[in-house]
Amino acid sequence: MKRAKIAAFLPLIFALSGCNLVVMSPSGDIAEQQANLIIYSTVLMLIVIVPVIVLTIFFAIKYRASNQDAPYEPDWHHSTTLEIIIWSVPLAIIICLAGLTWVATHRLDPYKPLSRISADQAIDPEVQPLVVQVAAMDWKWLFIYPEQGIATVNELAAVVDRPIEFQLTSTTVMNSFYVPALAGMIYTMNGMQTELNAVINEPGVYKGFSANYSGAGFSQMRFKFHGLSEQDFDAWVETVRADPQGLDRDEIAVLDNKSIAHPVTYYSAVEDGLWDRILNQCTSDDDLCMNDMMMVDALGGGGLEGLFNRELFRGLCSADDPEALLALLRPDVEHSAEEILAAMTLTPAIVASDPLPNGN
Amino acid sequence: MASSSHGHGGATLHTDVHPFWGKLNWDALAFLHDPIILITFIGVVLGGIATLAAMTYYRLWGPLWRGWLTSIDHKKVGIMYMILGLIMLLRGFADALLMRGHQALAAAGYEGYLPPHHYDQIFTAHGVIMIFFVAMPFVTGFMNYVMPLQIGARDVAFPFLNNFSLWLTVSGAVLVMISLFVGEFSTAGWLAYAPFSGLEYSPSVGMDYYLWALNIAGIGTTLSGINLVVTIVKMRAPGMTYMKMPVFTWTTLCTNVLIVATFPVLTATLALLTADRYIGTAFFTNELGGSPMMYVNLIWIWGHPEVYILILPVFGIFSEIVPTFSSKRLFGYTSMVYATCVIMVLSYIVWLHHFFTMGAGANVNAFFGITTMIISIPTGAKIFNWLFTMYKGRIRFETPMLWVMGFMITFVIGGMTGVLLAVPPADYVLHNSLFLIAHFHNVIIGGVVFGIFAGIVFWWPKAFGFSLDPFWGKVSFWCWLIGFYLAFMPLYILGLMGVTRRLSQFEDTFYAVYFIIALVGAVFVAIGIAAFIIQIVVSILRREELRDHTGDAWGTGRTLEWSTSSPPPYYNFAFTPRVHEIDAFTHMKRVGFTRPSEGYMPIHMPRYTATGVIISGLLTVLGFAMIWHMWFIAAMTFIAAVAYGILHTFNYNRDYYVPADEVRETEHKFLSKLAEPAE
Repeated sequence: MKRAKIAAFLPLIFALSGCNLVVMSPSGDIAEQQANLIIYSTVLMLIVIVPVIVLTIFFAIKYRASNQDAPYEPDWHHSTTLEIIIWSVPLAIIICLAGLTWVATHRLDPYKPLSRISADQAIDPEVQPLVVQVAAMDWKWLFIYPEQGIATVNELAAVVDRPIEFQLTSTTVMNSFYVPALAGMIYTMNGMQTELNAVINEPGVYKGFSANYSGAGFSQMRFKFHGLSEQDFDAWVETVRADPQGLDRDEIAVLDNKSIAHPVTYYSAVEDGLWDRILNQCTSDDDLCMNDMMMVDALGGGGLEGLFNRELFRGLCSADDPEALLALLRPDVEHSAEEILAAMTLTPAIVASDPLPNGN
Repeated sequence: MASSSHGHGGATLHTDVHPFWGKLNWDALAFLHDPIILITFIGVVLGGIATLAAMTYYRLWGPLWRGWLTSIDHKKVGIMYMILGLIMLLRGFADALLMRGHQALAAAGYEGYLPPHHYDQIFTAHGVIMIFFVAMPFVTGFMNYVMPLQIGARDVAFPFLNNFSLWLTVSGAVLVMISLFVGEFSTAGWLAYAPFSGLEYSPSVGMDYYLWALNIAGIGTTLSGINLVVTIVKMRAPGMTYMKMPVFTWTTLCTNVLIVATFPVLTATLALLTADRYIGTAFFTNELGGSPMMYVNLIWIWGHPEVYILILPVFGIFSEIVPTFSSKRLFGYTSMVYATCVIMVLSYIVWLHHFFTMGAGANVNAFFGITTMIISIPTGAKIFNWLFTMYKGRIRFETPMLWVMGFMITFVIGGMTGVLLAVPPADYVLHNSLFLIAHFHNVIIGGVVFGIFAGIVFWWPKAFGFSLDPFWGKVSFWCWLIGFYLAFMPLYILGLMGVTRRLSQFEDTFYAVYFIIALVGAVFVAIGIAAFIIQIVVSILRREELRDHTGDAWGTGRTLEWSTSSPPPYYNFAFTPRVHEIDAFTHMKRVGFTRPSEGYMPIHMPRYTATGVIISGLLTVLGFAMIWHMWFIAAMTFIAAVAYGILHTFNYNRDYYVPADEVRETEHKFLSKLAEPAE
């Protein structure tokens, strides 16, 4: 029983103890808020948990059979007052916790653009978030920086106190993108895009990894995340740009080969539209892009009309201008064009109001 | 489990398929290549030969077949479920020890002894075995053994179906065990998330072992669920209204309603995945518009109720033990019943909390987070009810009560971390971490496993007529309790350090100390398991000293199962009891009930049949043939199984009457022994 008592205080020990508990003492504002939420919820729950543990031990000692002085009422089995208390106290706590949950879940929704840099630093509406496109591969991480026009494998960098917007997918099985010091995790899934908004507040080198089992190389599917000052970040970008290699579809085909503990690799340039091709499963010329396939489906599916459309689309990554294609192919459906476009576009950016990672 | 020592894609992936033997060939014998498995194999062979020889020498084959394997007596079926659970516990725990040992080494900077391909099979097998073939058989065993006795019935509603369900479960377990030596097991984790579990990423037979084992065992569980629901609804003793049923019977009812409602979902989901792998459909693939997210949703729509399927019967066990050892009526029976029903309903609408991090919107996540938290209210009410049952009681700390005390303190901690994980933003940082692993072991060991051991010690004297040795029982309890805290508290801390689950190699060595403490904990648990087995052996040797002639071994039994002899006669009750109050047996004792010694009537009983064993045997071969693509054998065994099932419907010799004289003789034997110790 003694051991159990110690165990009851473990959450407190967690909250108080050292710097190794990265989840409890992170360096990014989102993760910080998540850590605080853990503490608030734990404290709220201890209101019930501690009395239960104490009462269990107290009753066990007091009403032990050998203590004949203690009152004994073998038929006492009901008390309306007690029943009200044992249902309503947990209910009250859960109502508080539910309120906290509702608010926190909306405030910390990974899709939501940041509303602050840190507790004491407001967001600058002028500063655009740094967009990083993340693809989980077997078994490495590919990062594309559209703003800088560069890409890296197994190394991620961002500017301190500048919002980061991750767009994530997977070229393989499900993985989960997780930098504990930065923010909570989010799954990466093939043919779908998830999103994560976060910010790093302190410069440093942090661990990142896949938090969803993905096969033989899973244990080594990790990378370093560098939180850099603006100048250091620019210098880092220049280092990456100095690499002679560029990232194109052929290089993606190479990366698609399974590899364990893949070395950090830099790409000084990125082929246009590569991210859309990765996302839509068509980095190979033989593959019909998924958004096009959805468009085909929207425009007639697998019938004769569909066959015709399929030939027309082969090799054409046409998501860039779906409206023009629709107008070309089906001028007759103009009245419902909006719906069709919504159905066949995949990226949430186009359907801004859709909170789900996939458009289907 | 196989190692990948000779070939990268799994030991048994061959493109050439033999027309008769399918993919099976000598390379499939994995143990030839891996020393760990080779040693296990030699051990199993020697142990097997010794067992077979001993059974032949003592001429036990006939009694085993006639008295047990073909038995449709719910008590024997229940005991066989428990034996299955115990055997598989040893296997599942061996996997756990291997993992703990390997992780401790790997965290300390060594390579460890398990390459990823082998390690991945072990954590998959550990999860599958512990849930499907340890926890499920144990709770099903309790429900089978105890519930009909508690409602005053002579057997379950469909006795043959009960035997058939057992053997289907065994069939699944046999397939998992075969995978240890022939081929390999799945590497996809216990829930086999798509698309990883699809043909593209898991081409080996391991996934097929998983699918066919769970398909077959899952059907057994569904059938058993239907059976037990009907039993409770239709076969309660006269006077036992729903609100006079023992709480364990109530939890059994709710559990089996959950089983009937959710196991078909599992079967359907696995059938779709099987179709993906065998006939090229694309339900859960990356390609061709398949939706892996759909798989994750479907599997958890079964998977979350499943954890309540495990915990509810155990809550029932605690609700029987606490009043018995507090010599006091259960506090708040009505609120206990409603709490159980509320948990049953709520458990359907929380499944998404297993994947908050999949990227659903804030409204969806918050909804499922809050429904999850709401479950803690009825669960909390239950804990308080047990607490106030102890209040003003006379508590005897016999072994079952110790397990309950351990449960109450441990489980609330697990409950707390569970509610914490139900807060979506907190889950974003804790999901899939060792914190999560610590949480669910906290509730499954602290809840289900402690409850199983409590129940075994509690009802053992009922089932076998002698109590279990208290000394070894207490050794087992303390080792388990200490072992649990040592093994899983470090995992909570590691989770907060951002260490994720299912890793076989680590980046940093400062985790090592925590993994080593966890390993020490696992060793304590191993001693706890050993002490439990010693407890059974010692008790069997000392059975005459521990004998109970009264049928009410603890002296304060409250429900009808304690009113019969220990062990109960195969017909359970010579006279169907009449129930007037909650705690029917306490009421009987109080009003001075005396057992009638005359007026016995012939009793209508079902006859034993071998059909369950035979069809399940055929289905095991069918599963094995499907796994290895032996289409001819698969077709033949399928036809044979269906044909035998049809044939069985023409068996009209399925019941008989126990003559009144035989009942009299059995009952008088009990009554004369009952009279002895009183003198």
